[in-house]
Amino acid sequence: MSSFDTLLQQVFNGLVLGSLYALIALGYTMVYGIVNLINFAHGDVLMIGALTALSAITLAHGLLPALPGWGLLVVGMLAAMPACVLLSLVIERVAYRPLRHAPRLAPLITAIGVSILLQTVAMIIWGRNHLSYPQLLPADPIDIGPATVTATKLLVIALSAVVMVALLILVQRTRLGRAMRATAENPRVASLMGVNPNAVIAATFAIGAALAAIAGVMYASVYSVAHFYMGFIPGLKAFTAAVLGGIGNIPGAMLGGILLGLIEALGAGYIGDLTGGVFGSNYQDVFAFIVLCGVLILRPSGLLGERVADRA
Amino acid sequence: MNAWIRIAAATAVAGAALLGCGKKDEGAPASGASGPAATASPASGDVILIGHVAPLSGGDAHLGKDNENGARLAADEINAAGGVKVGGKVYRVEILGEDDKSDPKEGTLAAQKLVDAGVVGVVGHLNSGSSIPASKIYADADVVQISPSSTAVKYTDQGFKTTFRVVANDRQQGTAMANYAIDGMKAKTVAIVDDRTAYGQGLVDVVQGVVKGRGVTVVAREFTDDKASDFSAILTKIRATKPDVIIYGGMDDTAGPMAKQLHQLGIKAPMMAGDGACSPEFIKLAGDGADMLTCSRAGEAVEHLPRGEQFVAKYKAKFGSDVQVYAPYAYDAVYVIVDAIRRAGSLDRKAIVAAVAATDYDGLTGHIDFDPKGDLKNGAISMYHVQDGKLNYLSTTR
Repeated sequence: MSSFDTLLQQVFNGLVLGSLYALIALGYTMVYGIVNLINFAHGDVLMIGALTALSAITLAHGLLPALPGWGLLVVGMLAAMPACVLLSLVIERVAYRPLRHAPRLAPLITAIGVSILLQTVAMIIWGRNHLSYPQLLPADPIDIGPATVTATKLLVIALSAVVMVALLILVQRTRLGRAMRATAENPRVASLMGVNPNAVIAATFAIGAALAAIAGVMYASVYSVAHFYMGFIPGLKAFTAAVLGGIGNIPGAMLGGILLGLIEALGAGYIGDLTGGVFGSNYQDVFAFIVLCGVLILRPSGLLGERVADRA
Repeated sequence: MNAWIRIAAATAVAGAALLGCGKKDEGAPASGASGPAATASPASGDVILIGHVAPLSGGDAHLGKDNENGARLAADEINAAGGVKVGGKVYRVEILGEDDKSDPKEGTLAAQKLVDAGVVGVVGHLNSGSSIPASKIYADADVVQISPSSTAVKYTDQGFKTTFRVVANDRQQGTAMANYAIDGMKAKTVAIVDDRTAYGQGLVDVVQGVVKGRGVTVVAREFTDDKASDFSAILTKIRATKPDVIIYGGMDDTAGPMAKQLHQLGIKAPMMAGDGACSPEFIKLAGDGADMLTCSRAGEAVEHLPRGEQFVAKYKAKFGSDVQVYAPYAYDAVYVIVDAIRRAGSLDRKAIVAAVAATDYDGLTGHIDFDPKGDLKNGAISMYHVQDGKLNYLSTTR
């Protein structure tokens, strides 16, 4: 295997990871763009999605053993998305809306509290063990040119590409999208123009949660495990990705996610060779955060962030 | 608006109640499983408290529960047989279980808590990374600590008089793994990965030393961590170096997904791991990738023990689950402490430590006596291979 093949494989690994980060980062960035809130419970919504899907898949498999793997995956998604949307609407209504005009720190702390609450509830419902996620799509390696891929990983990339395009169309071309942009700019003026900011904000949370549900099911399918704290690390990484791309900016979240995935994969793959063995793959996370620091020093608003970070 | 604030407050209260339930849930099996007289207060004077520390939440929770079940089984048997007689008084044995979440910091907190609760000895911890810092606390309090699963060399190398283990150590385990990779699997080149814990890193450092000494090339040395889920980048790097065997130092919750990802990347090289990954849980998590694993356990194979079958059946009947790895060793560790108390004829901590050091006991897992460091004398390493989703015993070395 030539080193070029390895490079291609690492780029593919990075794209899979990056697509997942991008899907999650979109939820952070949309919510931040509209209400300037960093929704730290977002990663746990993803976890609830993955575990709800797991329960639905197990149930569906018991009732209809003949259902093929992709059918079960669809069932899982269809169970996870409404569950996450509902959960997210409740969280928004109960935990964030009453604090919308409170000092900035209050909703942030509430978000962390909601995150802990969700983890605990999930631990009570699904137990504290790692749960093995079923193999829904064939896991057999497929050779595409020099890179080895699996059906699940290809689906991750395809799905996130489709979702991102759909989201861009939604925001740029539809009435709801226009209302979202207007609310982001100034909720009061938007409401004078006949936009209901509460409805728009709820819709934003709902869309973010649906994306988190998809990301959760795909994340668990790719790595084949699910557990009650599985949302923490991807949530943190996706938040980093959103900041890297410019938080509040939708294409920025996609770019940031993909970039972070690539940095992690290539960092782990090549940092040892680049530094002559001084640093190994144990520095892969450090590498990602050095890039983040560099970007934030040179461009404090992130790669595609338009607004200067005046609110921070 | 006020109504919503009230609802938010109600939710917070409900949340707090749920959190409380979660805690109670952890405590419930502790008192429920310890027999009919579990209501007796530990302070009533007729109870011998033995601590048990293992992860009961997080990635190693299944292994922690397995160890704790082993310890409880022993305590229940001892109580059913009439308890322990010390100085003319009969005591019941009670296991006080603590959760260290596989975390060294939590491990020291649990240790302090047990010492404060007045335990006469501790069975645990499970992870070497947690056992090592906790051993200082036990040593300062003269509380005997017998780990049924911590294999890191450093654990008994610190020179504490209170530190023991009833399994072999990683010097033996790493050497056995390296020799098996070279002789059994005909490896000429190996790639080595570890999870940067005291256990994972310590084990593969021994393996690396032995394979290098025998002229085998280490073509890659990569790292991950014990909470990682994506290994594709380091595995891709390893794939390019074409090793004959990939050796991993880590637990089953990371080894399982790693084996699966090896399979998905089309890597055909077999994988080898130590006792942390040599469990039924690994097979569940690894899916299609499970069959490529050869692994070791730092003790006799349960199925080859004289009373092994009996133990497995009893365990299954009582807890409704299969033995993972080290439940038989936790079971023996409780008996070793009780045996020491009987010989010492006292509940004095120092006397118990001295009696444990002089142990000469035939347990479920074989003959137990300790060298001056607290390591098991003549410890065994068993090799296993996963085939058709089952762990098959291969051989034992001493």
